[in-house]
Amino acid sequence: MGIYKHLDSHAKEIVKAWNARFAGSYPSEGGRFIMKEKDPFNNPIGAMAQKAFTEVFAILSQKSEPDPEALRAKIDPIIRLRAVQTFIPSEGVAFIFPLKDVVRDALKKEVKEGMVSQKDLDAFYNRVDQLSLWAFDVYMACREQIYRLRASDVRTRTLNVLKNKGILCEVPEVGTEILPHDVYKNGGFEKSDEDPDRGL
Amino acid sequence: MDIKPEEMIKIHNPIPKKSWMDTPPDLSEGKFCYPAKAKTMEYLGIPNARDWSPADEDWKLPENWQQIIHEGFKDRLDKYRSLKVFMDICVRCGACADKCHFFIGSGDPKNMPFLRAELLRSIYRNDFTALGKLLGKIGGARKITPTVIKEWFSYFYQCTECRRCSVFCPYGIDTAEVTMMGRELLSLLGININWISDPVANCSKTGNHLGIQPQNFKEIVEFFCEDIEEISGIKINPSFNRKGAEILFVTPSGDAFADPGTYTFMGYLMLFEHIGLDYTLSTYASEGGNFGLFTSSDQMKKLNAKMYHEAERLGVKYILGGECGHMWRVVNQYMGTMNGPANFLEVPKNPITGTVFENSASTKMVHIAEFTADLIKHNKLKLDPSRNDHLNVTWHDSCNPARAMGILDEPRYVLKSVCNNFHEMPVNTIREQTFCCGSGAGLNTEEIMEQRLRGGLPRANAVKYVHEKYGVNSLACMCAIDRAALPPLMDYWVPGVDVTGLHELVGNALVMDGEKERTLNLRLEDLPGAEGDSDER
Repeated sequence: MGIYKHLDSHAKEIVKAWNARFAGSYPSEGGRFIMKEKDPFNNPIGAMAQKAFTEVFAILSQKSEPDPEALRAKIDPIIRLRAVQTFIPSEGVAFIFPLKDVVRDALKKEVKEGMVSQKDLDAFYNRVDQLSLWAFDVYMACREQIYRLRASDVRTRTLNVLKNKGILCEVPEVGTEILPHDVYKNGGFEKSDEDPDRGL
Repeated sequence: MDIKPEEMIKIHNPIPKKSWMDTPPDLSEGKFCYPAKAKTMEYLGIPNARDWSPADEDWKLPENWQQIIHEGFKDRLDKYRSLKVFMDICVRCGACADKCHFFIGSGDPKNMPFLRAELLRSIYRNDFTALGKLLGKIGGARKITPTVIKEWFSYFYQCTECRRCSVFCPYGIDTAEVTMMGRELLSLLGININWISDPVANCSKTGNHLGIQPQNFKEIVEFFCEDIEEISGIKINPSFNRKGAEILFVTPSGDAFADPGTYTFMGYLMLFEHIGLDYTLSTYASEGGNFGLFTSSDQMKKLNAKMYHEAERLGVKYILGGECGHMWRVVNQYMGTMNGPANFLEVPKNPITGTVFENSASTKMVHIAEFTADLIKHNKLKLDPSRNDHLNVTWHDSCNPARAMGILDEPRYVLKSVCNNFHEMPVNTIREQTFCCGSGAGLNTEEIMEQRLRGGLPRANAVKYVHEKYGVNSLACMCAIDRAALPPLMDYWVPGVDVTGLHELVGNALVMDGEKERTLNLRLEDLPGAEGDSDER
């Protein structure tokens, strides 16, 4: 398993190439801007991608098995971004896979010279596949959050005023239950020998 | 079936290589604002009232729609010299290209301001310039088609008219006005959105965007007063529609209706009570905001006139305006030639300090941040900023007060006087260069939540920076749209940061004459150091 030290020594060019493939998923003017503009506040997409790819690759290129939680946390910002852009879901997470391509290109010499075997590469590719699944988890969580935000936008706007106007209120403690708790259990309307007061 | 890794690698994202003119807009569900209702359009006199959806292939345009657009364009070129200049003068230098929050958050080139303007300009060249007619596509001209109309709808509703791009334009092209013209032209074909047209209709009927009726508006304010009494022990009885009051106070109805704007409203009431201001609220001018600005100049004029009509009717000396965004753009930039000058009012003078607000000599309307800063500067307020010590605050310059009236230092002065922990966001994201919340100009609607969240990314990204670096947990602003739009934006990008209005913080810090010892803030939460007290009440 000699791949990891080589991955580490090529980290910078791999992250750069991965970043370029990511930027390539945007229309050309957008992609150029994302790659070129260095100010993180003028170009949050570029800054987020650079940070996420550097940190994710640092975890993936370690010899030890990557920790799913750590990877989810590192990939979160960039997936969060893709979840609000106009991509369809498959496009949203597709930028994960070119990492394989990029790594194969970067390690071409090492593979040719037998320092890295196909088996080694496959093992790394498996990690990328796994990453794509975790990215999908994050993507779905973001989408669900967006749906919640959409719904709560309407609810919070109206709830307080409905309460203030007394249209909605919390039911106060009234001391006695209007309906017995198990009213639905036996149809609620059947006679019961144990409780003669219940039912019709 | 086994897929080899090499084959997996082949997955790629298709990149559109076509020119922008050949790239149609995406108007699938979730990517557009809901259209205006037929009933509302009829009420507002918007032509071609019908039920339709932007997702439909056929938009049911009037038969002579090309003629309507051509003539509408011509009318506006004749009426507004600025439009003609903006159409002619752009040299496509690209200074504005990467300044739009929607471009920065999406990477979509049609969100580059010059290209968004080009959507309109290409038709202008074709219809109104000899060179455009001659050269056609090579000269950047094109004929209008139903797809162009759809493209206009898509992209003129992906612009919040925030005018950040204009700050960088060497020619001073106001791209927001290009968007305004684009939206006006669309309106001529009966293309408008529900989130804008309903508020305009409501405002015409009840005096505010939300359709709050006079008695309800009064009740809501009285409800605030009950909370204020609980917090401070002081009973406030604001007057409504009172003739002869010195000042008419106008604020966006969002402050009356939606949290956290409601706490800001409470802050105003406490401040006015404390200084003994002779003011009145109006149930008719119960809206400062002006969604007419996002519809047409006629609607904008009508809604703006309402405030001044009420000021005249009540016989006040001048208007004091609350924490609103686009109200101030209308007042500062359009009111003068639309309805002004308001010569029946007096040049505003602070009755407590004697300061004359010469800058408002024409509009007769003073911004509350200026007013409060003046009070603080003259030592007229007793403040205990430690009541806001649990907050670590940063300031979001709301686009319109910042860029349309240059009110940058006054709110900061107030903020630093009422709280002890304040940190600025990075310099290229504040003041004139402030980033929009992503939901202005009538786009604060839930069906386009994704668009709002990506448009708000540059703002959120700067907040995240100060959140992580300084522990900022409070984003203060002075715009009702901000107060509605920023909470979900923070929830998504920077959890742990809450949104507050400026005068909510003022209300908390203000030591009112005769108040009881405060244990609660305006949200009825325990003040720092008074934990647990709220349970013992």
